[in-house]
This record gives sequence, C-alpha cells and structure tokens, in this order.
Amino acid sequence: MSIEVMLNASGLAFVVAGSRWAQPDGQVMFIFILATAAAEVSVGLALLLQLYHQYKSLDADAASLMRG
Amino acid sequence: MDAVFYLAAVIAILATVMVITRLSAVHALLYLIVSLLSVAVVFYTLGAPFIAALEVIIYAGAIMVLFVFVVMMLNLGKNTIAMEHSWLNPTMWIGPCILAVILIAEVTYLLSQAGSAPQGAASVEPKQVGMALFGPYLIGVELASMLLLGAIVGAYHLARPKLERLETRYVIDSDGTRTAAGGNLIRSGTRRPSGEA
Repeated sequence: MSIEVMLNASGLAFVVAGSRWAQPDGQVMFIFILATAAAEVSVGLALLLQLYHQYKSLDADAASLMRG
Repeated sequence: MDAVFYLAAVIAILATVMVITRLSAVHALLYLIVSLLSVAVVFYTLGAPFIAALEVIIYAGAIMVLFVFVVMMLNLGKNTIAMEHSWLNPTMWIGPCILAVILIAEVTYLLSQAGSAPQGAASVEPKQVGMALFGPYLIGVELASMLLLGAIVGAYHLARPKLERLETRYVIDSDGTRTAAGGNLIRSGTRRPSGEA
C-alpha cells in the first residue's frame, strides 16, 4: 500500500512537469507507472497470500529464514 | 479552479497521512481510495483529463479492488464477527466519508463549469498523449506489455504450487486406503471410486 502511495506521488510529479512544459511525455510516463504498479500489486499480493498460507500470519519476521 | 486544486491537494495529503498511520489495513484502504480519487481531481484541474480518468478506472477501480479482496480474504478468522462489528463503528468510516463528500462537491462544481478550459497550466489533449505513446515510446509500450505478461505468469506461479501439493497428497492417501481422503479434491477427479457420483 505504501508503494502505491509512492508510485502515485512520482506519477503526480511526472504529470505536473508534463503540463508545466505542455509536453505529453509526462502523461506517457504516468501510463507506464500505472502498468508497473498493476504488475507489482498482482505479484506482491500473490506473495502475501503464500506467506499467509505458510505461516498463518502476516508478520514479515516469520519468513526471515531461507531454506538450505 | 485554483481553489478546487488546493482543496483536492489538501484532501490528498490528509488522506495519505491517514493511510500510513492507520493500524487496520481496511481503514487504510478506505483512506487510500479517497486519496486516489482526490489525486484524480488534481490531475483534472492540471489539464490532464485522460490521466484523471485512467487514475479512477485503473487505480481506484482495479488495483483497489484487488487490495480489498486480498485483505478481506486474509481476515477470515474465528473472531471475524466481532471485528466486523468494531469496523462498523461510525468513527471508522466517518472520516473517509467526509473527505469523499468534499470531493463529490468539487466534481459537481467542475462539471457545472464544463466548457471553460482549465487555466494555470497548459492542457495536454489525449490525442497528443496517444501520438507520443505509439510514436517515440513504442518500445516502452512493448516493454510494459512484457512486464504485465511476466506479472501474470509470476502471480499464477506463486499462487499455484500449494494446491498441487495438496492434491497429490490426497491422491496418495486415497490410493492407499481406498477411501475419500477428506479433502474432496480427488472425488471430482478421474480416479474416483466407481459407486460415487
């Protein structure tokens, strides 16, 4: 969720810069940021589900050990 | 128009601060939705109506629905009922509601003034965005499509193996004892016992 906030802030900065100089590049970058956010959210939430299935908790410290 | 922009910006900052200070994920999600909507209003006042529509549709529509689904799925516990009662406490939803009502008032004001171009910043038309997107940035579009494809495959792979392992275990159990192994996964398969529907 915090990553969403940060990506949104960077996208806002891009759009403001693009409209300041009347260039469409800023909005193009925002569309790319949107795609990145969608991909990141899907993978991140799948990871979260796996973590919850394995450890029955959402505590990231529970998954601090690697196998092997 | 300036007042609308500043009001939406203040709402966005307030809602975002509430997002990162809430303890419950669902409350944070409510504030995050309000924050995204207010950022969409900011985009509109900045002269980027196409991006504002994308923000509402994709962020507030698709990504937030994904978040809400997962948060609701993970909260299934024995004390869910009590938690639901505590969530329906008016102090929990009154904050996002107030901020959202202010945003609705802003949007109706903007719609009543439709036709007057946004001032302050130069407006960038969707046509220009499309021309740039599929002109010089074509390679970026292709890379974004590859990224999304990778995300789909990755999410599927991450969500999948647990089920497969369960299923093989049930198959082995039911082969050993010739009884239904409790999980019901094998009953719908091809190797079900003959008398069973």
